[in-house]
Amino acid sequence: MTGDLLLFLPLTVLGAVLALDVVSFPQAMLSRPIVAATLAGAWVGEPLRGLTMGVALEFFALESMPFGASRYPEWGSASVVGGALFALTPDGTAAAMTAAALSALLTASVGGTSMVLLRRLNAYWARQQQARIARGSGSAVVALQLGGLTADLVRGGLLTFIGLAVLVPLHRAIVLSFTMSPTVSRAVVVAAASAVGLAAVWKVVRLTPGARWYLAGGLAVGFGIAAELM
Amino acid sequence: MTAAAPTTPPGGTLPMHVRLAMLLRCFAIQGVWNYETMLGNGIAFSMEPALRRLPGGRGGDAYRAAMARHSGYFNAHPYLASVAVGALARAELDGVSAAQIERFRVAAPGPLGSVGDRLIWAGWLPFCSAVALLAFGLGLGPTGVVLVFLGTYNTVHVGLRWWGLQAGLTHGLRVAQALGNPVLRQGPAHVARATALVAGVALPVAAQGIIGPGRVVLGSVLAAVAAGATLVTLLHGKIEGWRLATIVLAAFVLYSVVR
Repeated sequence: MTGDLLLFLPLTVLGAVLALDVVSFPQAMLSRPIVAATLAGAWVGEPLRGLTMGVALEFFALESMPFGASRYPEWGSASVVGGALFALTPDGTAAAMTAAALSALLTASVGGTSMVLLRRLNAYWARQQQARIARGSGSAVVALQLGGLTADLVRGGLLTFIGLAVLVPLHRAIVLSFTMSPTVSRAVVVAAASAVGLAAVWKVVRLTPGARWYLAGGLAVGFGIAAELM
Repeated sequence: MTAAAPTTPPGGTLPMHVRLAMLLRCFAIQGVWNYETMLGNGIAFSMEPALRRLPGGRGGDAYRAAMARHSGYFNAHPYLASVAVGALARAELDGVSAAQIERFRVAAPGPLGSVGDRLIWAGWLPFCSAVALLAFGLGLGPTGVVLVFLGTYNTVHVGLRWWGLQAGLTHGLRVAQALGNPVLRQGPAHVARATALVAGVALPVAAQGIIGPGRVVLGSVLAAVAAGATLVTLLHGKIEGWRLATIVLAAFVLYSVVR
């Protein structure tokens, strides 16, 4: 338990900082799975496993771009949870990737909801400060901004900590009782992720004249390279 | 307490440290994003270093009027919002009328939102993701992949924020001409084609990189990807792909545990 806490605390800080990057600051895409899961994996001593999880999650994340007021999953803290879970499991463990990907997707979903709640809370705080802001108080504007940033940081940290506290034991239980082979486990994640990623790319390119031919050509080249690498 | 007012410069000649302070704040422009004022407070927050140079200084009447004006509703793409921050700061420093400023605040969000969404969220970000996925598939290590992704993405990200701020400060409320820049007008279509090509190459190569060597499950995976992508496309607008994938993975885990 103490060991878990010592592991969770730095990951919680990482999750908080990366969750902040999703929207509030600095939106430099440190929170994208391919970065966030790699950093989480690196923290637990397995950067390559973190990256592998990050690539799988990045396929999913291709579908959900942070368009303004739309609702989307929060990948920063979710990728920390997913990357850490996968990196903490020894190579070749059946279910490691499936359970970690599922954990990350669930965390991303809860994270998306928490962002909506925070936005409502931000609106409430803005209303509370309305009178001062209407009088042109610079300190009220700055305090409101810093308050929102702090709340988002705390949101990400809490989400990461609760995610790890709930999902690490669940992940261990799934790994112990999983009956499929590691190859099948990975293949299911890759198939699901690639399907979502391909559909997402199609959604982006279908409205641009000629782009579908670039996609078709790229896929042909990609399958050729993948066959060579097998 | 009202600070002493520095000499008011024309908006286009703000000292570098003020511009850098504005740029830094622009990175936090969505810090208190909400469904009522959206970016509003962030616009005032980002302009604040420039507004201190209005007659009367920080806390003066001009400063207070400007802060109140700019903390109301505003929406734009967060990166291109720096164009509005620069233009509005320039307008305030040049003493443009409140009515003209309000007209700009009403007219600017549409173009700044749609151009940014098409160029960045639907173009540059997927492109950089695809480049990173390809780098992973071709065997680049964790540090290399992360650096390729962050380096490529943020060259444009930081460049766009800085360019936007400079363009706004230079042109003021006439900044619309800067949005006619060929990169902003034609860039999204070129980026979309490049994304299509690179993502096409990257998806199978990166997927192979995750599965590892061996062709045992390749046929099944390809069939599942084709069927899954078709299903997700057909269900567009009804359920998002990642939610569908969550259900599929949960069912698979459950089946594997209880069988």
